[in-house]
Amino acid sequence: MRRFILISVPYAWLLALFLIPFAIVIKISLSDTVIAIPPYAPTLDLAGGWAGIVEFFQGVDFETFEFLTSDDLYWKAYLSSLKIAVIATAITLAVGYPIAYGMTRVAPEWRPTLLMLVILPFWTSFLIRVYAWMGILGQDGLINQALLWLGVIDQPLTILNTPTAVYIGIVYTYLPFMILPIYSALEKLDDSLLEAAEDLGCSRFTTFWLVTWPLSRNGIIAGSFLVFIPTLGEFVIPSLLGGSKTLMIGKVLWEEFFSNRDWPVASAVAVILLLILIIPIILFQRNEQKQREAEG
Amino acid sequence: MRRLSWFNATSLSLGFAFLYLPMIILIIYSFNASKLVTVWAGFSTKWYGELFRNEAFLDAAWVTIRVAVMSSTLATILGTMAAYVLVRAGQFYGRTLFSGMIYAPLVMPEVITGLSLLLLFIGIGLDRGVVTIVLAHTTFSMCYVSVVVSSRLVTFDRSLEEAAQDLGCTPMESFRLVTLPIIAPAVLSGWLLAFTLSLDDLVIASFASGPSSTTLPIKIYSAVRLGVSPEINALSTIMIGIVTVGVVTASIMTKRAAVKQMRDEQAAERAGE
Repeated sequence: MRRFILISVPYAWLLALFLIPFAIVIKISLSDTVIAIPPYAPTLDLAGGWAGIVEFFQGVDFETFEFLTSDDLYWKAYLSSLKIAVIATAITLAVGYPIAYGMTRVAPEWRPTLLMLVILPFWTSFLIRVYAWMGILGQDGLINQALLWLGVIDQPLTILNTPTAVYIGIVYTYLPFMILPIYSALEKLDDSLLEAAEDLGCSRFTTFWLVTWPLSRNGIIAGSFLVFIPTLGEFVIPSLLGGSKTLMIGKVLWEEFFSNRDWPVASAVAVILLLILIIPIILFQRNEQKQREAEG
Repeated sequence: MRRLSWFNATSLSLGFAFLYLPMIILIIYSFNASKLVTVWAGFSTKWYGELFRNEAFLDAAWVTIRVAVMSSTLATILGTMAAYVLVRAGQFYGRTLFSGMIYAPLVMPEVITGLSLLLLFIGIGLDRGVVTIVLAHTTFSMCYVSVVVSSRLVTFDRSLEEAAQDLGCTPMESFRLVTLPIIAPAVLSGWLLAFTLSLDDLVIASFASGPSSTTLPIKIYSAVRLGVSPEINALSTIMIGIVTVGVVTASIMTKRAAVKQMRDEQAAERAGE
């Protein structure tokens, strides 16, 4: 009996507030937009009994999804989000790897402090960390002031409200997610392997390329997914740093819902985003599981 | 063998400068006397004064704190239960679905979670306000809590619980007297994580909130969309300060607890010899 309560309370909570809401999103994505409250039709009227259910299914169609393929705004937004997420993940890896690598080279008693310094920004508000860049990248921001003062440029550069600003924002906010798994992979690396490689005549670079890099692969994969997956549906960064020129699907969904009040289209956008995300999520879970099995 | 080369030192200093300089600049400019955030006009704390006279911000801060306390407490209870189920309950009907529902919200884009919860609240006719934000925040943060707590439960020596029950404890007593004290640090850090996630959340709160229940991130977002403002810098500085003090204190406390536990174990071993 006690076991039943223990299982059923969190189970029921997640069913009611996680799974059922998804069913509703799928349902509304199949409905049509109307000017009414709520702004979609048909609505499922359970009070109508079986007749109500039949009527509902007769009114359901894939019109909204057809609309999404006919207007090129949507597929451009999906492609542009994918492109931004891939490039940003690659840059974050290039920036994060040397930091994680450097962290394993300092004296062991300093490592916990460095680790805390990497984690600390994660606890600080995401919104504030993105906002901090608005004052740095703007027309009269610090970067432009510094470059003008140095005489490198004579006209302020436009960085804010361009894709460049979005990349900077993503790399900055997601960097800890990349550093931590790579660091923990590199920490476990057995030093004698590196010594063996050097004894056998490898240069430092070949040692790195043949030993260190492959052995940190799990960390690289985990870190890349941890950056790629949330970036794909990102809203705050493109909205504050990207301006109107940067097209990302999270922003499109937000605007469809809050500005256009088009619930079926917003829901259909969400359903497709989820379908795109399922593949990387499954790959990520499989990588984690493989790692757990290798350790256990 | 593991030496710090000039390359390692450079990448570390550049990396940490990149992580910390934007926030340091933000803090410095919160003490700027000028309304123009980009021109330095001398040291001043007037924006902090303005902030504490701004009723809208104070109201939003109060809503945010209430939501964070309620949702993180609920999330800690539900998340600890979920972790216990995942690690200890063994097989039961729908276990795969259950663990899927625990891990899925961790990677779900916030816009989707927010949209789906809003459609649910409208569907069942629940007025949007503090209650709906608490429900929404509890749902995603209980998953984080359960991940943190279950990672502690996995390493937990189960024979301790069995010993307690052999000595006559009921399962409830052995949980309260043995299990809970051991997993307490994980439960506490789960609560802290849930609390900061709730304080920080903009997207899900925007979907779940009504006109009368604006949280601080929603307020900050609508203010910064119009551009950089010294008042927001001051507010950000206060929030960064609170988080820094909290995280540093928590990590010192866990370190002390670990040292104490190690000493206790050593003492117990010596007593056993």
